[in-house]
Amino acid sequence: MIPLSWYLILAAALFCLGLYGMLARKNAVAILMSVELMLNAVNINLVAFWRYGDPNQVVAQVFAIIVFAVSAAEVAVGLALVISLYRNRRTVIAENVDLLRW
Amino acid sequence: MTALQIIFLIVSALLLVSAFMVVTVPNLVRAALWLIAALFMTGVVFVLLDAGFLAVVQVVVYIGAIAILFIFAVMLTRRVMTDSGPQTNANWWLAGLFSLALFGGISWILLGWDGANASAPAIDPGLDTVTRLGTELVNPDAFILPFEVASVLLLAALIGAVVVAWERD
Amino acid sequence: MATETLIWLLPLPPLLSFFLIVLFTNRNKLLSHTIAIASAVLSWLAGMVVFARALGDDFHHLGEHPFESAINWLPTGTGAFQIGVRIDPLGALALFFVCWTVLMIFIYSVGYHNFGQPEGDHDAKGLPPHGATVKHDGHSHTVPSVEPNYSRFFAFISLFAFGMYVLVVSDNLLTLFVGWEIMGLCSYLLIGFWYAKPSARAAAIKAFMTTRIGDVFMLLGLAYLYAQAGSLSYSVIFSPETLDHLAHESAVGGLFGLTAAGLIGILLFIGTIGKSAQFPLHVWLPDAMEGPTPVSAMIHAATMVSAGVYMVIRIFPILAAGGHHGELTPAMMALAAVGAFTALFAATIAIAQNDIKRVLAYSTISQLGFMVAALGIGAYIAAAFHLMTHAFFKALLFLGSGSVIHGVEHGVLHTGDHSVDPQDMLNMGGLRSKMPVTFWTFLIGGFALAGFPLVTAGFWSKDEIFADAWFLYSHDGNGWGLFVLIVLALAAFLTAFYTMRQITLTFLGEARTEEARHAHETPWTMTFPLVVLSVFAVGIGWFGIPDDFPVLGGLLPNLVHGVAYTLPEEVELAELVFSAVPLIVSLAVALLGLLFGWLVYRGYRAGQADPLKKSLGGLHTLLENKYYLDELYHATFVRFSEWVSETLTYRWLDQGLIDGFLHTLARIANWLGTNLRDRIEMPVISDGADALGDGVKIFGRNFRLIQSGRIQNYMNLVLVIVVLFGVLFYLILQ
Repeated sequence: MIPLSWYLILAAALFCLGLYGMLARKNAVAILMSVELMLNAVNINLVAFWRYGDPNQVVAQVFAIIVFAVSAAEVAVGLALVISLYRNRRTVIAENVDLLRW
Repeated sequence: MTALQIIFLIVSALLLVSAFMVVTVPNLVRAALWLIAALFMTGVVFVLLDAGFLAVVQVVVYIGAIAILFIFAVMLTRRVMTDSGPQTNANWWLAGLFSLALFGGISWILLGWDGANASAPAIDPGLDTVTRLGTELVNPDAFILPFEVASVLLLAALIGAVVVAWERD
Repeated sequence: MATETLIWLLPLPPLLSFFLIVLFTNRNKLLSHTIAIASAVLSWLAGMVVFARALGDDFHHLGEHPFESAINWLPTGTGAFQIGVRIDPLGALALFFVCWTVLMIFIYSVGYHNFGQPEGDHDAKGLPPHGATVKHDGHSHTVPSVEPNYSRFFAFISLFAFGMYVLVVSDNLLTLFVGWEIMGLCSYLLIGFWYAKPSARAAAIKAFMTTRIGDVFMLLGLAYLYAQAGSLSYSVIFSPETLDHLAHESAVGGLFGLTAAGLIGILLFIGTIGKSAQFPLHVWLPDAMEGPTPVSAMIHAATMVSAGVYMVIRIFPILAAGGHHGELTPAMMALAAVGAFTALFAATIAIAQNDIKRVLAYSTISQLGFMVAALGIGAYIAAAFHLMTHAFFKALLFLGSGSVIHGVEHGVLHTGDHSVDPQDMLNMGGLRSKMPVTFWTFLIGGFALAGFPLVTAGFWSKDEIFADAWFLYSHDGNGWGLFVLIVLALAAFLTAFYTMRQITLTFLGEARTEEARHAHETPWTMTFPLVVLSVFAVGIGWFGIPDDFPVLGGLLPNLVHGVAYTLPEEVELAELVFSAVPLIVSLAVALLGLLFGWLVYRGYRAGQADPLKKSLGGLHTLLENKYYLDELYHATFVRFSEWVSETLTYRWLDQGLIDGFLHTLARIANWLGTNLRDRIEMPVISDGADALGDGVKIFGRNFRLIQSGRIQNYMNLVLVIVVLFGVLFYLILQ
């Protein structure tokens, strides 16, 4: 039997990888990918707690589905922004988009 | 060590490797492909957790829609097909440091937590998760409101994405 | 109109005139002098009505029930200073001569200041007019020019007249003092009327400062009197109770064993010494001749110097308080001594003066000495009588001398030789035929001054003084009477002598200069007052002939003796009985003086030395230089006060002590300020504020760098903050 902590540590590792990607990658699309990784880590956590909690309660699964929906929406809007950005600035490097600064 | 644990470890390793590749490979197309792998592995983890429906949704929504979207986006925004130069910014070491610290912190907390070694309770054989989910999501006494809010969010994202990405002359 | 109301209103027209001229009409000469003379006429009219009513009331009754009215003026702790009017016999007589002389002087001023003549060629304000050139029948000649400050003059004499009227109608010593000081101010302004002349300025300051000395003592006397009597009203201070109190209270500090009355009397008398130019404060008066002649007449005859004597006559009850019949109080002795000495002293100087006005000035001092001495020996009536007659004949003489000067100035303008002094009698002579009206009136005035027997007013008043003095000696055996008689007789002899000298040098004989030859009579505005005054110079004496005088006595009512009713009944006056001795003395000194004067100077020729020089030798030089008193005063008082002001006050006190103190103070303040600035303000407050501002700026400049616009930087930050808070909450919840 797999202990709960394994899942949790797996989720943490995945989350931290996503975090690293989000902070370190230059490309805006890559940043979005990293965000997806982090969302997946969260989902793993949710499902793991459902499984190791009370499986008769489906709240966690509902939550996970909402996360799916939100991440789909996020990716759609985010990629639209990236495309729009690319169209206007000819770049998708996050660092180059710094108009809103001092 | 049971077979299940071995399977888990393998899956986990694959998942983490894939994720690592996603955030490190310079070529974004490859990163997107690695992302698909990672998402798939996540789905496997869901299966391991007896959440078949979510695993299916994972494959359908993430791999079928989101990952494809990524690939499109990558290709649309690439001037040349090859990515040259570093794909990380100047603060990558800081990001790594943070990530490692966060991981260390979470691990440390988990290792000190009593519930971390709890084992999964047995699932009632009569439990039909999919049916339960379906009724709960449209039950006014349960999750109809979040469900509808999510659908509104999706609609807003749909329209918003179209508007944002609309090519104006 | 009620008499009291009339008296209240009486002084006001000249004051009104002063303000009208000063404020509104000073650019219009005609209007100004019309207003001034109109005001003088109004006051004169009021004065005459009051005088007539006083006469009609009979002086005996008037003395007991004078016209009086008073209102509260200045509230004091225990009551109020009163301002009020009072006309008693003395006031009525004073009012009479003041009204007439003032009016005449006003009229005279019109002519004296050449009204109607053209503007001068190069006259400047503050200088006497130099004459104007006019074209006439093809050739030009010089005529007198109008005074540039014509209106100003009338404004000043109006104020002066106001002061005198206030003094005369006042019912208390305080308002008397107010009028007194107004006159003091006006005399300063008028003596310095030609303020561009340095000598006039100096004379004005001298007059002001000298009289100030007297005034300060007088004020002390008033204060002391007020402290003792609780009032300054005549009705209170001359009441028997007050006099009794004053006579028995010893003076503050027991000074010389004086009584309070004696000390007050002497202090007030010092005021008179200043105002009436008695020795030793007489020095200002001859110098006051720098003013225009009507001013001299005003100051030396009608008003100001009379005011001093008027005041001592007023306070005679205080002077005499505590004395017994035939005895003199210390205050009276002081009066007698000072007066007699001054009379003789000034008369001796007068015989050696050549300036026509200066002779009169010393003569005034001398005559005032007569009055003071008379009062000193208790001759109250005689003093008042002489005050009155003197006012008329001396005003007449001054105006006459002004007329003479004016006539000679005419000659000076004709010849154009401005080196000739038109006031120097040695430059005159033979004016009798040129200026007949002036001559005859001057002669009358001069004879009155000399005391020409039986006819002139001066004879009667002077005779009265001699009679009193002789009576005091013969009847009461008081040596003061004899002393005063002899000294005054000598003075009277000298008076007659210098008067005749003046007349002889001026009018008789042949003209000694071309200027005198071309002098001619002055306009009617100047001669008319002379004529009017000459009537009084003769006639006023007839109303003071003693009743027991042989033949003439009792022919006319003896109005002047009514003055005695002014005094409270407790003050005894000697009942004079006729004696031939003073009469003979009086006749002798007058006639001999006049005779010698004529004999000595009738043969005087131009360029000759003064005949007296030969006979008197060095004494004459002494007299000519007025006993060197001016020099003495200059060497002592003036130099001393200059030293005091220059060295002591200015250099030591002001520059050394006060300035030093102030400088030290300033230096301390400066040092304090510098230190506060350098140690606190600059480094702490200013730099602190700067540092705060700079700090905010620098902080902002650096802190804004986190606002990089790079999303990942923000995320880093968010992460750091989240982790920090997470750790924090974890630790807290632990």
